[in-house]
Amino acid sequence: SGSMEPAFHRGDLLFLTNRIEDPIRVGEIVVFRIEGREIPIVHRVLKIHEKQNGDIKFLTKGDNNAVDDRGLYKRGQHWLEKKDVVGRARGFVPYIGIVTILMNDYPKFKYAVLFLLGLFVLVHRE
Amino acid sequence: LRKNVEDFTGPRERSDLGFVTFDITADILNGKNGLQTIFDWNVKQLFLYLSAEYSTKNNALNQVVLWDKIMLRGDNPRLFLKDMKSKYFFFDDGNGLKGNRNVTLTLSWNVVPNAGILPLVTGSGHVSVPFPDTYETTKSY
Repeated sequence: SGSMEPAFHRGDLLFLTNRIEDPIRVGEIVVFRIEGREIPIVHRVLKIHEKQNGDIKFLTKGDNNAVDDRGLYKRGQHWLEKKDVVGRARGFVPYIGIVTILMNDYPKFKYAVLFLLGLFVLVHRE
Repeated sequence: LRKNVEDFTGPRERSDLGFVTFDITADILNGKNGLQTIFDWNVKQLFLYLSAEYSTKNNALNQVVLWDKIMLRGDNPRLFLKDMKSKYFFFDDGNGLKGNRNVTLTLSWNVVPNAGILPLVTGSGHVSVPFPDTYETTKSY
């Protein structure tokens, strides 16, 4: 979606790491899942409170959103925790994902791509 | 960078709410290229954020973003902002701001390239903002 524009747009491909030992700090872009929802969200960490033993609770917000993500979390949920994190965005390549999106949205396009790939393979077989 | 008063109101459990007013004077440079401008061919934008970091009895580490700004390629990488108010509420998780002398404000930025790695850079220079021992009951913000 457009909640992280102008940094990222629908169709950009993100590279993630998910090392548990990497501390979560403000400014980082995390990919997290809300319990009960399938689609992960990619937003920036706005606030953290970490205890001595490493337990952490944090709040996120999309760069392009006016408010933080509390409205997106589960009812009664005010914070995210380590277990909600799927990965950390470390790098990206723009627009590549648009091919996948087009293939999902337009089946004819998918068949055309597969057909062309098939031709490519046939033509280049030694 | 200056400090301000402290108020005791909170929509959720009553926690400390801090009010900070600040000035920012900054020059964003690329340290690796001998202090040239940060906006080289592969830098699309900078996501700048001013964060407060401190320790409390409840939590060993707290970080709160007070203000952020997106700077696009083509914008002037110098900041000269005065009397800025915090964009986001500075709530503590508890009452750890009262009398806290060790709240540090730092300016950092996320370099967003056209393609490639997304590094987080912390600016050199930070300021300590000591909070008072008492609460303000009047809204003088």
